[in-house]
Amino acid sequence: MLWLLFFLVTVIHAELCQPDAENAFKVRLSIRRALGDKAYVWDTNEESLFRAMVAFSMRKVPNRETTEISHVLLCNVTQRVSFWFVVTDPSKNHTLPAVEVQSAIRMNRNRINNVFFLNDQTLEFLEIPSTIAPPMDPPVPIWIIIFGVIFCIVIVAITLLVLSGIRQRRRKNKGSSEVDDAEEKCENTITIENGIPCDPLDLKGGHINDVFVTEDERLTPL
Amino acid sequence: MAQAPSPGPLVDSCEDERPRWDSKFQYLLSCIGFAVGLGNIWRFPYLCQTHGGGAFLIPYFIALVFEGIPLFHIELAIGQRLRRGSIGVWTAICPYLGGVGLGCFTVNLLVSLYYNTVLVWVLWYFLNSFQYPLPWSSCPLDLNRTGLVGECQGSSPVSYFWYRQTLNITADIEDSGTLQWRLVMCSAACWAVLYLCVIRGIETTGKAIYFTALFPYLVLTIFLIRGLTLPGAIEGLMYLFTPDMQILQNPRVWLDAATQIFFSLSLAFGGHIALASYNPPRNNCKKDAVTIALVNSLTSLYASITIFSVMGFKATNDYRQCLDSNILSLINEFDFPEQSIPRDDYPAVLMRLNTTQPDRVAQLPLKACCLKDFLDKSASGPGLAFIVFTEAILHMPGAPGWAVLFFGMLFTLGLSSMFGNMEGIITPLLDVGVLPKGVPKEALTGLACLASFLLATCFTLQSGSYWLEIFDNFAASLNLIIFAFLEVVGVIYVYGMRRFCDDIEWMTGRRPSLYWRLSWWAVSPMLLLGILLAYIVLLAQRPPSYKAWSPQHEQFPSREEKLYPGWVRVICMLLSFLPLLWVPAVALAQLLAQHRRRLKDTQPDTSMKPEEGRGC
Repeated sequence: MLWLLFFLVTVIHAELCQPDAENAFKVRLSIRRALGDKAYVWDTNEESLFRAMVAFSMRKVPNRETTEISHVLLCNVTQRVSFWFVVTDPSKNHTLPAVEVQSAIRMNRNRINNVFFLNDQTLEFLEIPSTIAPPMDPPVPIWIIIFGVIFCIVIVAITLLVLSGIRQRRRKNKGSSEVDDAEEKCENTITIENGIPCDPLDLKGGHINDVFVTEDERLTPL
Repeated sequence: MAQAPSPGPLVDSCEDERPRWDSKFQYLLSCIGFAVGLGNIWRFPYLCQTHGGGAFLIPYFIALVFEGIPLFHIELAIGQRLRRGSIGVWTAICPYLGGVGLGCFTVNLLVSLYYNTVLVWVLWYFLNSFQYPLPWSSCPLDLNRTGLVGECQGSSPVSYFWYRQTLNITADIEDSGTLQWRLVMCSAACWAVLYLCVIRGIETTGKAIYFTALFPYLVLTIFLIRGLTLPGAIEGLMYLFTPDMQILQNPRVWLDAATQIFFSLSLAFGGHIALASYNPPRNNCKKDAVTIALVNSLTSLYASITIFSVMGFKATNDYRQCLDSNILSLINEFDFPEQSIPRDDYPAVLMRLNTTQPDRVAQLPLKACCLKDFLDKSASGPGLAFIVFTEAILHMPGAPGWAVLFFGMLFTLGLSSMFGNMEGIITPLLDVGVLPKGVPKEALTGLACLASFLLATCFTLQSGSYWLEIFDNFAASLNLIIFAFLEVVGVIYVYGMRRFCDDIEWMTGRRPSLYWRLSWWAVSPMLLLGILLAYIVLLAQRPPSYKAWSPQHEQFPSREEKLYPGWVRVICMLLSFLPLLWVPAVALAQLLAQHRRRLKDTQPDTSMKPEEGRGC
């Protein structure tokens, strides 16, 4: 009698969990893509962990605190690794509505991902969209900071160059005004030699040779 | 000055005050920096790729030898001999041809405006490269935070960042939109940097050029080494350089080679004339011309090797991603174990599945993946730099660093070209004496930069990039070719071949050989006329159109081809022809002035007027 009951139960279970059954979800894992060499093998232990996580998620839903691990049924496990699962009610006759399961999974998606070291892209619940993480916006965009630095450096450099240019010009003007004073003394005497005016010889175009300027110092003072 | 009587027009005695280069190397570097610009990076590799790979080098070098180097030599020679900017040089050669100088000056002004806008875009990308992950690596979320922005999902994060977050482009040129304050800020920074470098003319650009001209070569080398070690680089190089000799029968290839040489050397801008005018009079300008032209072409070649290796890497990457997505579809559908289909086995597995279960395979979204298709995707201009290359950088490890290097290189390349452009504007203004004597040079350069910044803000509108394309196509191309033609004709036929050769002999010590004389006398003018006619024919063949980025377009993300509206076409015409009007205008003005002077002259001449001494 018992084996008949057992047979009936497994048959009913088999009917509840089938590909494309009502309220069933397909799950696909890409363990090798996520972990590479550190990939673990998907065996029955991992399956029971998954069932535990789904049960945990359902227990957080207000009316479903009594969900047990045995209420979560897995079937059609392939080598991919992919499988289907349903969550049944305590009587094990009906499956819980897809909407409830979906919202429960979405609330705890992060924890389920972390248990298996996967993320939303490598642990896929087909037909359950993942919530997108909010963007991390820094308070001041980085480009403004760098722009400010470059602009300040450039403005400071321009100011320095302009100021040094003004100072150079002032020095040149002072130098040339001294030359102008000296010219006024010699203006009255323009000697002409061989038809060429001696203009080029005076201070306007010529250079002063310092060796001869301090002639009075050669003579010792009395 | 020289002891021997120098032939040619008289030179003022205030020549001693003219600034000079610190060294020959500085002068060469400035000319190389001016000639080597963004076009070497993003135009030459594209032409090489679309015109038969290695075979393109043949028409390119023929154009270099018969058109580029002779014209370049003329510009350097007249600048060095007459020691004036473009306006002064032409007024000195022949007053009736003074319009050529004014026209070159105008074109230079127009080009500076839009060339600097490209630098603004480069600066914006440069500023955004200092973060991880790069902002163009993923789509932003939409307003509800439920998904990604539709426009971005429909195209690609890279395109979205360029068209929406940088340009914020409108769908039509008539819709100007608003000023983009981010671009206005970057524009202010760009013009400030430029002002800092050209503030005292060649005194300051001479110092800045050591960095801006040499840094790009360093970065190109780094990228070359990195590129060659990436997977797929060698295939890319081999495919893209494999010569296809058949393509030489297409006249378009020869036209493109000739125009590429012309614009690559930045001829007829007046910039080289200005730079050469600061040389000592006895300088071997022939050797300079050959050296600079060769360095420019070799840089183009070097850059294309780098670009092709990175493009090969990108094509291989895209091909692998295409294969991987197909393999994933198969694995998911048939529940094969993960990574059970290697990329090489994919065709065999697909065939097997197609024969056993064709209906299941048919409903899968499988794409046709062919490496050649990815390699054939070519891009030039801003598309190459801001879309294709930025996407390639995303896949390199350490992407922000590579992005910083790449955009830093583009910025310094463009900046050194802008130095030449600004010299081509400022030197003639200084020679003509636009500002009174007491006003310092810093004020003139400041005014020039400020005026250019204010004018260039029109390119920071939302439709700015459409206008930039118009300026690029119409303001620069026809005008420069005509001015270059007038340059050759003016110097060789009006000034006189014999006098010009005498000048060169005085400057360099050797008379130009037959190659030079033949090129100047016949080959270069004919080539220029040929290019001009071909341009006009191509322009007349189809009405000018532009490609608009319109998210509402059915074939989005392909760009929508639209015709220019009437008023825009009028502006295109004006841009093409107004600078040319200087030539007849100045000639006419000179004629009238000469006529009036002859009427006034009732007494016999006592002194030889300088204009009558010229054979003009």
